[in-house]
Amino acid sequence: MKAANRLGLILFPAFDWAISPTHPEREERLLYTQDQLLEEGIEDIEGVEFFNPGIASDRDINRVHFCYPGAESLVTESHRIAAGGVMRAFDAVLSGETDKSFALVRPPGHHAQRVVYGDRGFCIVNIEAVGLEYARQKYGDMRVAIVDTDCHHGDGTEDIYWNDPDTLYISFHQDGRTLYPGTGPVEDLGGPGAYGYNVNIPLPPHTGDAGFLYVLENVVMPILDEYKPALIINSAGQDNHYTDPLTNMNFSAQGYAALNERLNPDIAVLEGGYSIQGALPYVNTGIVLAMAGLDYSGVCEPDYHLGKWTQPEQVTRQVQQIARHVIALWQSREELSARVIAGLETVTRRRRVYYDTAGIMEYQVQEFNVCHACPGISTVRSKNDRGASMIGVTIPRNACHACREEGYRRFEVMKGQGAKKIYLQDRSQDEYFVSSS
Amino acid sequence: MILGIDMGGTHIDGAAIEKGVLLASVKHQVNRDDYFLSIWQCLEELIYQTGRRDITRIHLSTTICTNAIVEGQVSEVGLVLQTGPGLKWPFERMGDTVVYLSGSVDHRGKVVRDLDMEELRRARGRLLASQAGALSVVCKFSTRNPVFEQRIRDYFEDSYDDITMGHTLSGKLNFPRRVQTAYLNAAVSRTFRLFAGHMREALEREGIRAPVFVLKADGGTIDFTSALRKPVETILSGPAASFMGMHALSEADRSDRVLLDIGGTTTDLFFLVDGVPVFEPLGIEIDGRKTLVRAIFSQSVGIGGDSRVFFDNGKLQIGPRRLGFAVAFGGDAVTPTDALVYLNKMEGKYPGKSRRALEALASENDLSAGQLADLIVTRMCGRIREEIDRILQRLNASPVYTIEELLRDRMIRPRAVEVIGGPAKALAGYLEKALSMPVFCPAHHAIANAIGAALAKPTVEVHMIADTERKTVSIPELGIYQPIDRQYTQKRAEQFALSEVRKAGASLGLTEAQTEPEIVESSCFNMVQGYGGGMEKNIRVKAQIRPGLLYKLERDEV
Ligand SMILES: [Zn+2]
Ligand SMILES: [Zn+2]
Repeated sequence: MKAANRLGLILFPAFDWAISPTHPEREERLLYTQDQLLEEGIEDIEGVEFFNPGIASDRDINRVHFCYPGAESLVTESHRIAAGGVMRAFDAVLSGETDKSFALVRPPGHHAQRVVYGDRGFCIVNIEAVGLEYARQKYGDMRVAIVDTDCHHGDGTEDIYWNDPDTLYISFHQDGRTLYPGTGPVEDLGGPGAYGYNVNIPLPPHTGDAGFLYVLENVVMPILDEYKPALIINSAGQDNHYTDPLTNMNFSAQGYAALNERLNPDIAVLEGGYSIQGALPYVNTGIVLAMAGLDYSGVCEPDYHLGKWTQPEQVTRQVQQIARHVIALWQSREELSARVIAGLETVTRRRRVYYDTAGIMEYQVQEFNVCHACPGISTVRSKNDRGASMIGVTIPRNACHACREEGYRRFEVMKGQGAKKIYLQDRSQDEYFVSSS
Repeated sequence: MILGIDMGGTHIDGAAIEKGVLLASVKHQVNRDDYFLSIWQCLEELIYQTGRRDITRIHLSTTICTNAIVEGQVSEVGLVLQTGPGLKWPFERMGDTVVYLSGSVDHRGKVVRDLDMEELRRARGRLLASQAGALSVVCKFSTRNPVFEQRIRDYFEDSYDDITMGHTLSGKLNFPRRVQTAYLNAAVSRTFRLFAGHMREALEREGIRAPVFVLKADGGTIDFTSALRKPVETILSGPAASFMGMHALSEADRSDRVLLDIGGTTTDLFFLVDGVPVFEPLGIEIDGRKTLVRAIFSQSVGIGGDSRVFFDNGKLQIGPRRLGFAVAFGGDAVTPTDALVYLNKMEGKYPGKSRRALEALASENDLSAGQLADLIVTRMCGRIREEIDRILQRLNASPVYTIEELLRDRMIRPRAVEVIGGPAKALAGYLEKALSMPVFCPAHHAIANAIGAALAKPTVEVHMIADTERKTVSIPELGIYQPIDRQYTQKRAEQFALSEVRKAGASLGLTEAQTEPEIVESSCFNMVQGYGGGMEKNIRVKAQIRPGLLYKLERDEV
């Protein structure tokens, strides 16, 4: 059997790591996925190759995050390997080894934001962002779309790319009013440098295959056609599945595979999904086959025939309404953006971020400089209820000369402002600095 | 006294060994019309030469089943498959008559859907109407729960002599390979049974009571009775015999090493790591069929002592074709052997003719004969080195699944090379330079394969799973599916696996010390029912008889 698309698999189940013995993010999580893939004979498909993950360095992590007190103490081997797995996935595709790649790694990462004090939603390191920023430094800047099909809103990825017009973030998620982390309304459209390029699609509970595929066809694909990314990344969380213990959706393995076939991502990264026996083996097999361009019609969950997963009528109508709303916002993003920025030099955003796994409350103020030559520098001032305080300055990859100068100047100024740690992220020159007081 | 026989494509070797000492050896041409007779003559001659009949074991490496497969002289096989949901392989091409049954078990071994008896009745009708003389029954995830394979077997038992059940052949997961393996097993059952019958009759006639063991592709042996159930295990044992022979004759340390067998047309490469062979990741491939038959990893390079040497647009080429013998041994085309003869590294039958041929080829290409000879030998060693590097890169990138393994980063780094084959001694110095490693040439290499067969020890590998929720422990390879209680622990699982391996070793005539039972992998997974539910355990243990030799050949006494 030969795959139509050469596919690289980074299957790293980390059989010796768990958050805690009974935590959903435990050794067993990818056990049955591996069993299923091996039993299906995936190893013998011509064109499907297996790669071991790399290991992300402090520099790879600091490129994306402000880790407090520091990456070396906060980020364990397991997180470095999960991120390293995604880096390997980028290498496979961008070096031409394979056409596509799928990083089946754990723990996930899409709840990890720019500032990291600890674990949120089982994430410490945003593995997609670490992989993508690594790839941009290594292979050159590129326009990228991240399509997040995890059931939870990827608030971490949204935060990291909030002001980056070259990274379109589209998230499918169960409406934040009904599920952790609570964010992700349609109206959150991005920072002044990238207004309209953060696309949230909150879906009502019990959305099924029909709803997801409707949104894909009528919202996501038209946006992607217009945006024309060089690379499409699928944050392939699998907790929209009807058996997931943490969520309330009706998505199936066939649905995930069909979505993946239509979306046609270059790289997929496993995010959440904790129905480790009833969903993951089938959803992962479906995605692998769809990415490889093979027939996935035989993939089916043991209890799928029970057929109680069709979405209710009312949900169909709600989904259509949301889709219309999102696409309308996308189409008018330029006018909206001009209206939001008009007359402003900076845009400020106040946030409270709760770290559910670590039990930390963070308060932050983000400030985005409006620049017409580049996306502009941004500054985040943050403190938490454990007495930590930090300020981070980010210079974007394609910063104009003035903004870069301003970034360095601000880094110096901030040193005198009493925060315990000051960070400078100069992505334009791939340089990262930290200073403690 | 152990008698070892290796039957290859053209030659059959025999060796008689006692307590590490080689007592006698023979080498003959294979009689292609009567494989059994070839083996029997070899045995008789060893007995005659040693003048003794106190045989403790007879070890055979045969091409009986391999040849049957390659030549298409196999039984027609009916495949009864329960493919369950999943990837659709072209199963209909894997057997002569293929029938599909509904029903399935999942990755845990839980029954998802039952068999349809009406469907089974129809399948029987189709199979009985076909030419299929043997049957293979294979179900997806049958190693996790063999219930359907067993029920289907029972249903057909009255109609077929040879029924192979997929789960009995390997505990590894890979459904398409399980199908292929089971097909081959059924296909060669009759061939092997006939051969075994001849062998038993002849031994009985001669009053020889020694047990007969058959060499497997993983360098281990199995007893005749097991081989009758799993004849597929006996295929492609030739490279394993040569590997075990080199291993038996090599320096006795455990550093990583490369083993080279330089033949006329090809050079075979093997790797020894911590004193244990490197295996194929899943199993051997034969006749386009990928199987789950464990095999020693080997790679053939199309370059050997008799490879044709020629110039293509001014560029020196060696192989991959062989036109015949080297000029030095009566052939017409220049070969690496001729280069070695010219360099005074080996003796040729016709050195003058060889030199003239080399000189002619050299002058056509504006070289001196000495330059050309050097170039040939250097190029040949360079090719071998490239191949070794390429394989090491691949082997060292094999997937790992734990953080510990990834960080440990255990790389294969060979410290020495063992070489056998015609030009081995002559090439040693050049290889040493090309590979930057010491090169050893074991003695007795002409009958290394027979020595390897004689000294190979039985191997057993088991994949055990204990599932406290399903309350079962299973070892597919040994047909064990037993109940356990909820308190079952990883430690008990390991002890059970070791004791079963020990038992298997004893039944194959090994002492406890020879068995060296070992745990290869062991892990215990907490299974939590839902979010924060009750906790059960999924314990996985892989154990084996440590592969290797009964003992090493004593170098000094021979
Ligand atoms: Zn999630
Ligand atoms: Zn600027």
